[in-house]
Amino acid sequence: MVLSAPVAPNGASHDDCLAIRDLTVAYGRKVVLQGVHADIRRGQAIGVVGPNGGGKSTLLKAVLGIAPVVSGRISLFGRPASEMKSHMAYVPQREAVDWDFPVTVYDVAMMGRYPRTGWLRRPGRRDHDVVRDMLERVDMLEHRNRQIGQLSGGQQQRVFIARALAQEADVLLLDEPMNGIDASTQEVILAIIEEQREAGKIVLLATHDLVSASCACDCLCCVNERMVSYGPLDETYTPENLSQTYGGPVIMLGRTDVPEPMHTHHAGDHAHHHHTHENLGGEHD
Amino acid sequence: MPFADYVTDPLQYEFMKRALIEVILMGAVTGAIGAYIVLRGLSFIGDALSHAIFPGIVIAFLLGQSIFLGALAFGVLTSAGIAVIATNARVKEDSAIGVLFAGTFALGVVLISSSKNFTRDLASFLFGNVLGVTTHDIWLSAIVGAIVIVLMVLFYKELLITSFDRVAAQAMGLPVFWLDLLLLVMISLTIVVSLRAVGNILVVAMLVTPAAAARLLTDRFPIMILLSSGIGALSGVLGLFISYHNDVAAGGTIVLVATAIFGLVWLFAPEHGWLTSRLPRRLSGAEAETRILFESPEIQTHTRSSQ
Repeated sequence: MVLSAPVAPNGASHDDCLAIRDLTVAYGRKVVLQGVHADIRRGQAIGVVGPNGGGKSTLLKAVLGIAPVVSGRISLFGRPASEMKSHMAYVPQREAVDWDFPVTVYDVAMMGRYPRTGWLRRPGRRDHDVVRDMLERVDMLEHRNRQIGQLSGGQQQRVFIARALAQEADVLLLDEPMNGIDASTQEVILAIIEEQREAGKIVLLATHDLVSASCACDCLCCVNERMVSYGPLDETYTPENLSQTYGGPVIMLGRTDVPEPMHTHHAGDHAHHHHTHENLGGEHD
Repeated sequence: MPFADYVTDPLQYEFMKRALIEVILMGAVTGAIGAYIVLRGLSFIGDALSHAIFPGIVIAFLLGQSIFLGALAFGVLTSAGIAVIATNARVKEDSAIGVLFAGTFALGVVLISSSKNFTRDLASFLFGNVLGVTTHDIWLSAIVGAIVIVLMVLFYKELLITSFDRVAAQAMGLPVFWLDLLLLVMISLTIVVSLRAVGNILVVAMLVTPAAAARLLTDRFPIMILLSSGIGALSGVLGLFISYHNDVAAGGTIVLVATAIFGLVWLFAPEHGWLTSRLPRRLSGAEAETRILFESPEIQTHTRSSQ
């Protein structure tokens, strides 16, 4: 046996991972999240699920270095996460944003370029090109001169997704992006997560929407003040595990048992409906 | 009196020319920084800083030093104090401000009670004395004002994102604490510039009122800064002339003009005005046609029977 660099259980080197080691987060003396341990490889999307107040947002903020980590380590590609902030892009919860602020759609998307623009410099031609491309991607380019408060919830969310994409980061962290949005925006977000995975990016999706988590992600990280479970969908997206996470029985509508989530998404309507009815009718496995 | 005389008559006096330059500088700078104060809800901080500067002025006066330097030193110290005390999660920021501003003001009151002939200068500090500005004061205002504006331009991106989306700014790794402190220092500098023109009590009005009016007129941040700056300068000029011709206090008149402009904008702003948003909107041709079409009874009957 050849001794080599430390290798994570899933076979990936730490240098290729977002590695979270025995993470504990506490506000003052109140521990809000503990025991988080995960290796997330490039191309993986992790659904961070759990009850309200269970620590979903806290986990994202800990990775971003804006929650008080009292013990444990977080590293990205072998370096401490605190040195890698420019590699991470964050979409905050809609409630955290001041929608009356007099900025336009374009202004907000341009903020994603600020870390690359640097101090005392103005955005250059490439920054403008990237911002236009990303607004185009989320179908908001035609609204670029509107003040953000005049947009619908779904449009607002798209603008913040465009801002995060404009950062051209390696890790995309989305905090409850499905809250208060329309179906077409939801489609856009799911498609973007898939694109990011194909491009070898890491996605962390904090959501209480189990269905979209199971559609968009290949792993779940279930948290309820501590990490209850972490693993691929076929291990974690189960009634037993989820009821343990939420502390009560969970009804899983539309569960399909298909391990590759995007298959379900693209599968023919007929097959999909058939499956759904079967599951609603009772357990046939 | 003809309008030309209304303007030129006061300007035959050198002290009025100096006053005019001073109020324009003051109005432009307070208006510009006011945009940040209004959008971040920092009115209370502006008020607190203007009071916290008080002991700095008293100490400088007692030591025979420049009262501007004394004011500046206390403004910066208080800004840092607020930022540091508020980092303790148990002390809310408004409590931190309350503690410091009452405490420093009390220090000023105690110090002032040790001096016999301070009354005249106290009045000019509290209410401004724009007719007494010297060329030296104007230079100081111009330099300090220019520093504030240059800082606003240099750190435009960083101050914008910290004001708009603080969590994202932190996540991007921006030094949010230092940017907050920078903004507080800029506000302190602005207050120092304004003391001569409107005085300590009324300066908060110049920090808030023009920017609040500008916010009602635009949805673009850079334009809001320019408009607010313009409204501030305009208030200064109009207030100065009105006070000259009516022989009333300049500082108070300047603030009243700013308040009147805010009142007019609040009523008549094109989109966000109280009256404008309540008046029946004139329909465009196409809209009027559609409305007639759908409100006419025949069409409605027709639509119903065809279903």
